[in-house]
Amino acid sequence: MAELKDYEGQSPAWCPGCGNFPLLKTFKQAMLELGLEPHQFLVVSGIGQAGKLPHYTKCNTFNGLHGRTLPVGTAARLVNNKLPVIAVAGDGDCYGEGGNHFIHAIRRNMNIKLFVHDNQIYALTKGQASPTTGEGMVTKSQPFGVFPEPLNPIALAISLHCTFVARGFVGDADFLKDLMKQAIEYKGFALLDIFQPCVIYNKVNTYKWYKERVYRVGPEHDPTDRMAAMKLALEFGEKIPTGVIYKCERPLYEERYPTIVEKPLIEQEFKFEEALKELETFY
Amino acid sequence: MDYTIKIGGEAGQGLQTIGGMLGKFFSRSGFHIFTHQDYMSRIRGGHNFYQVRFADFPITCSRSALNILIALDKKSMDEHRGELASEGIVLYDAETIKQKYAGREFLDVPFRKISLEKGHNIVMENTVAVGAVLGMFNMKTELAEKLLAETFEKKGREIIDQNIAALRAGYEHAKKECLQCGFKVAEARPEPGRLMLIDGTTALGLGALVSGVKFYSAYPMTPSTGILLYLAGKARKHGLVVEQAEDEIAAINMAIGGSFAGVRSATGTSGGGYALMVEGLSLAGMTETPIVIFLGQRPGPATGFPTRTEQGDLLNACFSSHGEFPRIVFAPGTPEEAVYLTNKAFDLAEKYQVPAFILFDTYLADSEWTLPGIDSAKLKYIDYRLRGKGLEDITGYKRHAFTETGVTPLAVPGASRNLVVTDSDEHDEEGHIVEDAETRVRMVEKRLLKKLPQIAREIGPPKIYGSPKAEIVLAGWGSTFGVLRACVDHLKDRYEIATMHFTELNPFPLREKFDYIKVLEGARLAICVENNATRQFARLMRMETGFNFTGHINKFDGRPFLLDPFVKEVEEKVAALMALSEGA
Repeated sequence: MAELKDYEGQSPAWCPGCGNFPLLKTFKQAMLELGLEPHQFLVVSGIGQAGKLPHYTKCNTFNGLHGRTLPVGTAARLVNNKLPVIAVAGDGDCYGEGGNHFIHAIRRNMNIKLFVHDNQIYALTKGQASPTTGEGMVTKSQPFGVFPEPLNPIALAISLHCTFVARGFVGDADFLKDLMKQAIEYKGFALLDIFQPCVIYNKVNTYKWYKERVYRVGPEHDPTDRMAAMKLALEFGEKIPTGVIYKCERPLYEERYPTIVEKPLIEQEFKFEEALKELETFY
Repeated sequence: MDYTIKIGGEAGQGLQTIGGMLGKFFSRSGFHIFTHQDYMSRIRGGHNFYQVRFADFPITCSRSALNILIALDKKSMDEHRGELASEGIVLYDAETIKQKYAGREFLDVPFRKISLEKGHNIVMENTVAVGAVLGMFNMKTELAEKLLAETFEKKGREIIDQNIAALRAGYEHAKKECLQCGFKVAEARPEPGRLMLIDGTTALGLGALVSGVKFYSAYPMTPSTGILLYLAGKARKHGLVVEQAEDEIAAINMAIGGSFAGVRSATGTSGGGYALMVEGLSLAGMTETPIVIFLGQRPGPATGFPTRTEQGDLLNACFSSHGEFPRIVFAPGTPEEAVYLTNKAFDLAEKYQVPAFILFDTYLADSEWTLPGIDSAKLKYIDYRLRGKGLEDITGYKRHAFTETGVTPLAVPGASRNLVVTDSDEHDEEGHIVEDAETRVRMVEKRLLKKLPQIAREIGPPKIYGSPKAEIVLAGWGSTFGVLRACVDHLKDRYEIATMHFTELNPFPLREKFDYIKVLEGARLAICVENNATRQFARLMRMETGFNFTGHINKFDGRPFLLDPFVKEVEEKVAALMALSEGA
């Protein structure tokens, strides 16, 4: 049985007060409670402050390129569907650079758990607008304010029939931990968008800002009701819902792909003699 | 005996059916085949052609003079009639073309009428045409009938019989009407298993399959799509996962992810898609993840000529990337080399944990060759990965541990208590982010400087064909091999001539095993032949060895070199260069 100290990684290079600290702590706690030991899962991550997370804990890690976490995770699942895959990305990483992969990974419905560290700003590149930055925010690269409509990842995911869609906030750690665990245990692609304030570059969406707005979705919400979920997804202003917004059941891609239904690709030995028989078809 | 048949028509008229059938028929009859295609980027209409050459000696390229032109539409008649050899014949159906031609070179066979009679619809016109060709050559229809039975096996006996009847009717008609057909075919030697018939694309897919590829991800793009289709078709039988990615960025990142997770993985694309992959290529370099990239060249820039051919991406394949890391680039010249070099690429990629390219082009992809066969003893499969008990017995595994050779055993994640960690950032031996200069230097030494000389020693030298004391050397790489070889055969009585053909291009071949530069320097003329405008190979040669070619032949019209005009161009080039050197 693992202990919390078994999940200790390198010393984080995040700024003091960064929202990623409580997120990391919650993540380790969730993995411990799930009984997933460091060697029993794979974290794929991108580039940005979020992408560094696997280095600060212990796990199998593929820290790849900005925006490209999901294709790596997709292949890892196709090759070894016994190994749980958690994709860790930032809002710019996943919704900006990796937007196309985000859409198509949801469509495939692989058993990948996508945790998006959403601070509504580009932090590692020092404060430019991200796809989730609020309209009107002035930044050094948007001196006239942000004009585009912010991306609503929750609504987008629901529209794509994402099997598990949730939002958490690092300021509500126990609830977040529970959401992480639910996401990991749910059968299907799970999106968990996590508010984690950037204390340096986002002067609008601060701890205080989130605390004043977020609330836990109560039992009156039925996450399997898609229209109700969509309505909740569009609530983003004075009040912002956290919790499981939407859930549905769809067959897993891994369970539909005929050559990996019985056993993972990784456990199937290459049959050289069988392959050579193909030569005979060319005469 | 050496005959060329061209089938011209609109896309969708069945050119490939006729061409494919004839190719298979002649090869099963024991003849050597070479086919190539020319088609437009459209699914229906337009103007396409398919050229089949067959001979009773090994052939490696297309010729330009036609013995038979099968004109399925008026445009083919108008455009290709002038390419007829003396005694050549145009086979056509006056009813479909809506014009009757008079003259000894025209043979009107009512494809449509016969198809309607024998099959009650027009879909058997192609079979009638095949029958007519057989009639013109006065060859027995038996093998063709067997081929029809195989082709239409799933459609049932009735369809097979109708096709056989259509074939025979076309045959009889042509035999009776074609009084001018003076074709003499050598005796057929149908020995099963004597000649293998395969096109370049399929050879690449086959090469991957026999090399143990388990995961292939790609986004469709001509001329690489055929590899995706071949492997998808074999997925169930051989236990593969073939994933069509949302874009080429995803395709290469998936191949890297698949390889990291523990199986042989590859991707394929063409220029524009490859541009999107370059970021991922560098990721493979940094994380030391073995992958194979099938890069099919077509004329650019941008969308260029989507369905035509060029050798315009050699330097792109060799040098594209941010940052420095080793890579392997192979460019097969024949379907046979496509199989062997793909196998070698998979082996070396995994042995040294680097990306390896198979650089090909539309011409090689689409041309069919007959070969004596593939020697399975020459195919290599070694699983270099650390897995199973070997991995379980290890404690404290470090993915990027420093070693004597720079190669760290490649462990499978999730297969033991060991953690497998890698990073696109500069990293330490465990795979975690670092920023210090000392580790950086050691890592560059490990993944690049230590591996490079070892990889270079694996690279094969160019092959020489022709006179051992050549005064004229025609150098080339990749898909031009066939035409270079045939050209040497044509000119060997006139000159001391040879071709020097390169297929293993990066790292550039060392001179230790074979001092090819000495051969080039010893020749009076060293001419570099390339299907591009900027002499990319010649520049690479100069950069790597300091050698300058005396002359160049470049073609960049999107079409391959054809034997007859190429021989003429070589003769003219030789004469011009000789005059120049004598003048000097």
